[in-house]
Amino acid sequence: MSNNGLKSGSNLEKVLKAGHFAFTGECGPPKGANVEHLKEKFEHLRGKVDAVNVTDNQTAVVRMSSAAASAIMVANGIEPNFQMVCRDRNRLAMMADILGVYSLGVRNMLCLSGDHQKFGNHPQSKNVFDIDSMQLIAMVKKMRDEGKFLNDEDIDEPPKMFIGAAANPFADPYEFRVYRLANKIDAGADFIQTQCIYNMPRFRDFMKMAVDMGLTEKAYILAGVTPMKSARMAQYMAKMVPGMDVPEALIERLKGAGKGKQAEEGIKFAIEQIDEFKEMEGVAGVHLMAIEWEHKVPEIAERAGVLPRPQVD
Amino acid sequence: MIIADRKSLEEILDMIKDFKKILLVGCKGCVTVCNVGGAKEVGVLAATLKIARKKEGNPIEIDEKTLERQCDPEYVEQIRDIFDQYDAILSMACGVGPQFLSEAYPSQKFFPAVDTKFFGGAVQHGIWEERCAGCGTCVIHHYDGLCPIARCSKSLQHGPCGGSADGKCEIAKDVECIWDTIVKKKMEQGRLEDLRIIRAPKDWQTARDGGPRKSIREELVQ
Repeated sequence: MSNNGLKSGSNLEKVLKAGHFAFTGECGPPKGANVEHLKEKFEHLRGKVDAVNVTDNQTAVVRMSSAAASAIMVANGIEPNFQMVCRDRNRLAMMADILGVYSLGVRNMLCLSGDHQKFGNHPQSKNVFDIDSMQLIAMVKKMRDEGKFLNDEDIDEPPKMFIGAAANPFADPYEFRVYRLANKIDAGADFIQTQCIYNMPRFRDFMKMAVDMGLTEKAYILAGVTPMKSARMAQYMAKMVPGMDVPEALIERLKGAGKGKQAEEGIKFAIEQIDEFKEMEGVAGVHLMAIEWEHKVPEIAERAGVLPRPQVD
Repeated sequence: MIIADRKSLEEILDMIKDFKKILLVGCKGCVTVCNVGGAKEVGVLAATLKIARKKEGNPIEIDEKTLERQCDPEYVEQIRDIFDQYDAILSMACGVGPQFLSEAYPSQKFFPAVDTKFFGGAVQHGIWEERCAGCGTCVIHHYDGLCPIARCSKSLQHGPCGGSADGKCEIAKDVECIWDTIVKKKMEQGRLEDLRIIRAPKDWQTARDGGPRKSIREELVQ
């Protein structure tokens, strides 16, 4: 392998490979072509995270494409983690977009199935799901390592991506979740970003299984953290978001903080989580998804003691 | 079998609003079994349409006929003598029926009275569920006889996705997560290794994606 043994040479890969505790952020592209709005959001993350996930029509709501938003980020000197879902494109479009974003400087990508379009703002649309997230991971690996398209034709200048995948330790059936994670790693995932974690005992148990199976030796696992803005948000996520596990105790804790202090309590909980993840065996970093709360990232990063971010050459 | 639902009375009335005399044609195949387009339903719809049109002060004449099958030229011929006596023909068969009729009688106008939904069966009296997507390459043996192509909302070959909760699909609380069922069955039977296989992307050429399909049985072709 060239490039000093790196698969992609992305900053995120270098940080993880050097053994640092990674810290990634997230930025949803605007519902429009408002580049200034996009820049305003990601500027909060500059220097505070190792890479920024750029969501792909998240929750099946149409937005500026993750490809274009990722390219804008690259042009502005911030490293994106380009998200791609299987819902909206077939294998031709996916491979074309992977080549396209790579040619524009994208080096990380997160391979996802995607929320069903029923949740979004165009539930009338046809879903694609030509391939699923497992096959997408394998496809990106094949493109990178073998330099071939899915049909085995050679690629003229293969895209060298650092390949990410998602894991949700809180969806059902729970006993199978760690095996699905293992499949994603076998398929070619270099790093994993988990669904938002609130149920810490369950996550500890999940990580123990992952460590015991040797998965954390094969891929970097970044624990997902989304700070709660209020008890109402916690209740909403508990009830309305499928596969989300929000313990009643957390909702009570937020309520108990009192009016005007719930957001601070939510941040405190997130920081306690990050502190624990730093020590947890097998956890290689944190993925902070501060949804529509990008401006809070610098404060959370500072208080969590993850600044300054390492510079790895 | 093919499962269909009858279109709303409003939609049917709108389709035939310009006609004074129609033939309503049922089918004794799948639509009879799923209680939507057999002789009984033809009778009910004809009566209902006549009453509705009479109320509007615009009466309509409707004759009824139920064919053995509308997807077979032999039976489609059964209306050869009468097809041109009507302003239009309304079919209660699945989507195949009115097309076979249109092809056999190009000068006549045909309308569908039902919406064709899926390949499935009755899980209890009055409730039918989808089981097959007709993808052209059956792989249910990989999944213990349960088809994720037809029954997973995302047709995942490697499920369940992160939206599976309590055995239900993320799209609705009344939709079973078939992957939950597949996984539980495999785990209970100690065959987890089946689910550790990463499968190649599906070849959709045998599905509708490959273009309209045809099945030729050489030994039967004359």
